[in-house]
Amino acid sequence: MLLSVALMTLDQRTDYVRHVRAGLSVLVYPLQYLVNMPDELLEWGSLTFTSRDALQEEVTQLRTQNQLLQAQLQKLTFIESENRHLRELLKSSKRAGERILIAELLSIDLDPFRKQVVIDKGSNDDQLYEGQPLVDAYGVMGKVVHVGPFSSTAILVTDPNHALPVQVNRNGLRAIAVGNGNMLELPHLPNNADIKVNDLLVTSGLGCVFPAGYPAARVVKVDTNPKLPFARILAQPLAGLDHSREVLLVWPSRESRPHMTNPCNYNGEENKP
Amino acid sequence: MSLAEHRGGWLIILSFILAIALNILPLPSAVEIFRPDWVTLTLIYWCLALPTRVGVGIGWLVGLLMDVTRDALLGQHALALAIVAFLTIHLHQRMRVFPIWQQAMSVFILVLLENLIVLWLKGLIGQSPGVWNMVASTPASMLVWPAVFVLLRHLRRTYHVA
Repeated sequence: MLLSVALMTLDQRTDYVRHVRAGLSVLVYPLQYLVNMPDELLEWGSLTFTSRDALQEEVTQLRTQNQLLQAQLQKLTFIESENRHLRELLKSSKRAGERILIAELLSIDLDPFRKQVVIDKGSNDDQLYEGQPLVDAYGVMGKVVHVGPFSSTAILVTDPNHALPVQVNRNGLRAIAVGNGNMLELPHLPNNADIKVNDLLVTSGLGCVFPAGYPAARVVKVDTNPKLPFARILAQPLAGLDHSREVLLVWPSRESRPHMTNPCNYNGEENKP
Repeated sequence: MSLAEHRGGWLIILSFILAIALNILPLPSAVEIFRPDWVTLTLIYWCLALPTRVGVGIGWLVGLLMDVTRDALLGQHALALAIVAFLTIHLHQRMRVFPIWQQAMSVFILVLLENLIVLWLKGLIGQSPGVWNMVASTPASMLVWPAVFVLLRHLRRTYHVA
């Protein structure tokens, strides 16, 4: 009993038991893998038995999409170089490319009251660190909280214990998006804040965890009640939090972090969620 | 103690592995909070059947594994399951002679206690999911107890676990 109390205190307050957790996670990883199996088999089966027509149709669709994206990319490289040039002229910070690794989610249930996922990449695969951002094709998903040798756990942006620094893409208004279980809330914005339904929220890069400029959420409800001190604003995360299977782990480049007097000297060390 | 008295340890381990697997099996989110606590039920059964072999230590270890699989604070399920194991061993002579429905009631109390301990610990670190959410699974645990009991007893007798 004393042991468990000691363990809990250590886990909450300090960093020492990280290795214990990582070691034990090796022990349970086969189990998680096993539970994940049926789902994987089902997906494999449905892929194997789809008809030729459906596959061909998908291929054409993907080709057109690819061409569209390529065309946009051409413009993007030009804009990027122009942007870099302008930033050099302004002597402001550079934004370089970020390194990315694809990981897959394991379909297992964790604590039903928290929004967490397990991914199949760990410290054996690459240099993952705690606090690393996780995105999918549509937007920010969350960040890594525990790294094991073969698997890691990540907290999603909708978890009540997660807060994400964002800004409104239209006018640069900064806010904090806190999860409330299935949506994001923007607390502490005054009633006269310039924010509207359908506004796109992107990460602001403050807080040093998420690189700036990733799309995060879209505002779905703005409730300005003059009786209350702050407006009630709800936003829907753009990432497919409950249907994406492939996610991207991002290593933010040092240059894309804002320069502040309190420098973001981290690789996840001092960033407790 | 001779080796002959310690048979079938693999069955105990297997049952715990299966219980943890059932605890993390993906379920639709609507019924997720009503998931019976298979690990606690398995632990209670083994504490009732073999109090000399499965006890507080095993409960603590299994709880620790639960913490890691669920990515909870290390030690919260360990503490709760150790207490449940202690109480079950304390009460095992009384609980063994109960008819099965009365046993299910005692199991209800034990699982409720476990949930409340975990709830309290979660509350301490500011992750409280609310009392009703936390205890929602307790009736389900009580309802599946007879099935767990009969199944594990059958396995124990078939494989002569002693």
